[in-house]
Amino acid sequence: MLQFVNVTLNGLVQGMIFAAFALALVLIWRSTRIVNFAQGSMAAATTFIALAIIQAGQSYWVALVVALLSGFLIGAVIERVVIRPVEGGPELNAVIVTLGLFVAIQALIAIVFGSSFQSFTTPFGLRGFTFGDTTILLTPNSLYVIGAVLVTMLALIALFRFTRVGLAMRASAFGQEVARLLGVRVGRMLTLGWGLAAVVGSLSGLLIAGGGLVYPAYMDVIIVSGFVAAVLGGLDSPIGAVVGGLLLGLVLSYVAGYLSPALVNMSALAILVVVLLVRPGGLFSSSTARRA
Amino acid sequence: MSQPQEKTAASAGEMTSESPVEATTAANAPSGPASARRSLLPGNTLLRHLVILAVCAVGAVALLELTSPFRNSQFAVLAYYAIAAGGLTVLTGLNGQISLGHGALMAVGAYTTALLLGAEEPLPLAVVFLAAVGITLLLGAVVGVAAARLHGPYLAGATLALAVGLPGLALYYDDVLGGEQGLRVQSPRAPEWFQGFIGFVSGNNATTTKWLAYVGVICLLLTFFLLANLARSRVGRTWRAVRDEEVAAELAGIDLGAWRVLAFVVSAACAGLAGAVLGVVIRLAAPSGFTIVLSIALLTAIVIGGLGSLLGALLGSALLVFLPPFVTNLGADLGLNNTEAAQLAPFIYGVVLIIVMIAAPAGFVGTIRLRWLQARGKRAARTAQG
Repeated sequence: MLQFVNVTLNGLVQGMIFAAFALALVLIWRSTRIVNFAQGSMAAATTFIALAIIQAGQSYWVALVVALLSGFLIGAVIERVVIRPVEGGPELNAVIVTLGLFVAIQALIAIVFGSSFQSFTTPFGLRGFTFGDTTILLTPNSLYVIGAVLVTMLALIALFRFTRVGLAMRASAFGQEVARLLGVRVGRMLTLGWGLAAVVGSLSGLLIAGGGLVYPAYMDVIIVSGFVAAVLGGLDSPIGAVVGGLLLGLVLSYVAGYLSPALVNMSALAILVVVLLVRPGGLFSSSTARRA
Repeated sequence: MSQPQEKTAASAGEMTSESPVEATTAANAPSGPASARRSLLPGNTLLRHLVILAVCAVGAVALLELTSPFRNSQFAVLAYYAIAAGGLTVLTGLNGQISLGHGALMAVGAYTTALLLGAEEPLPLAVVFLAAVGITLLLGAVVGVAAARLHGPYLAGATLALAVGLPGLALYYDDVLGGEQGLRVQSPRAPEWFQGFIGFVSGNNATTTKWLAYVGVICLLLTFFLLANLARSRVGRTWRAVRDEEVAAELAGIDLGAWRVLAFVVSAACAGLAGAVLGVVIRLAAPSGFTIVLSIALLTAIVIGGLGSLLGALLGSALLVFLPPFVTNLGADLGLNNTEAAQLAPFIYGVVLIIVMIAAPAGFVGTIRLRWLQARGKRAARTAQG
């Protein structure tokens, strides 16, 4: 029973991180119809920036803010410089460009920061809360993870629902030409969208690094999990991404807890294939508008 | 701005059969006899390919005998990269499906080879290779059935999941597959007839390294010969039809799914053979050898060369073999330490992928072909006017 509780809690926390990462993928997919395979490498880059700042003696919070800001900058610059030329072109070209970014950024991290394993601090404790004489696998850090992701989601909802910029961003994602005719600077909205997505992606990178080891390729597995989560929810739906992330986190946690950690990635693959074959529009799709 | 102009200029020439997508220009082989006029090569496709095969075989023997043992081992590496890239370029260039799972499929071939050669009484090498191809082909069929229903980013994501997930099996079944350390491959020694052959041709030492280089090159030539014929046959034309116009192809009675599965199966078989050659050349099958970087390196090779072109795949693979030592040395000269310098090669793969896709999506072979067609179109227009 205790193991079940622990595995479930672990799955929920992991699921929140997957959800944040999937959300970043969905934000970019909605605006530019591109799956950003470089998201993981970009997040790893900002994590290493944060690590460098922490090692220079600054506090975690300074590092967090700088990392998120640099994430925004990286995302915006990448969209403007390398993604813009392939936007709206053949989908294969865009996929190949993001894959190129994926390896290039990962290699650049290894060149600049070294490819050894380094430990990453966390602002909160990693000891589980104790009830009576049982310690469960819910740590102050997991509460911080859940809280941070929730705050980010609420902020995004507020941005898209209640601000003019959010409205303009939704308009340019919905119909580029109409939005342009109505005076929306679509190009800027796309750049902003990539920047925001990179911030969310960076946050998930920092959260998953907290209390663990980081190395240039540490986000590789998360790219797959985030992608599976995003597809689970239907690549188009932010809410779906969150639900998909939580579901996937739970399932993978059960696999790791009751079968074997070595099978986690294979089960992610199995889930992805089943979803794509049975419900290509995601678990919550109401219409089958797009053929996957 | 220059790209759309280029496209219209190109389609104004004799490019009516060209695909609407510039990136796969290299895949559209000119119809044989029409472009082969004033050429010494025979008009019959099979005959022409046989002549090219014979010339390449002689050239390969000369190349392997005139170069040092170190170069020989590099050619062996080139051979397995090119076999895998050839399979991938057929899948991506001719049929429009991307795969990031080819590294994992190569792993299947390599592990099969390692297990079979590690037996008490190992089977002949050719049988082992065929078995590796067969097993990878079966897996490819399973993946292909799933992949046939996906496109673009979905397919890339699914095959990425395969590439990340499959090495986990080597850890799960570590008593058979050797876990993180992997399996050693008992590479076969050179047979007697080979020593006789080398003694007859050049009098060089017929070492195991040389034998393995020959094995790799023979596999490479056979694979490319088969793929080239396939690309020029009804099969290749059907694949291009499926790639360019799904609806029109379906109207013409083509079963899209079945042809996509077939493309994946052929491509997986190549990856299996490449993995088998890799196994005997590297003499090790370990999860660390089949990371996602391997799959992306293969993708880089075919994108640089030109999607769909076997020659492009070969040129791209040559870059994968000869660039890293050069770049790593350069990095060491610039004061990077070994591990940092080793990362320069993947960095350059990534940057090159981006630049090629933005600046010249047709790749090396495709861009040259486009220029040539444009020049010919202009010349034809001028003669028509004058």
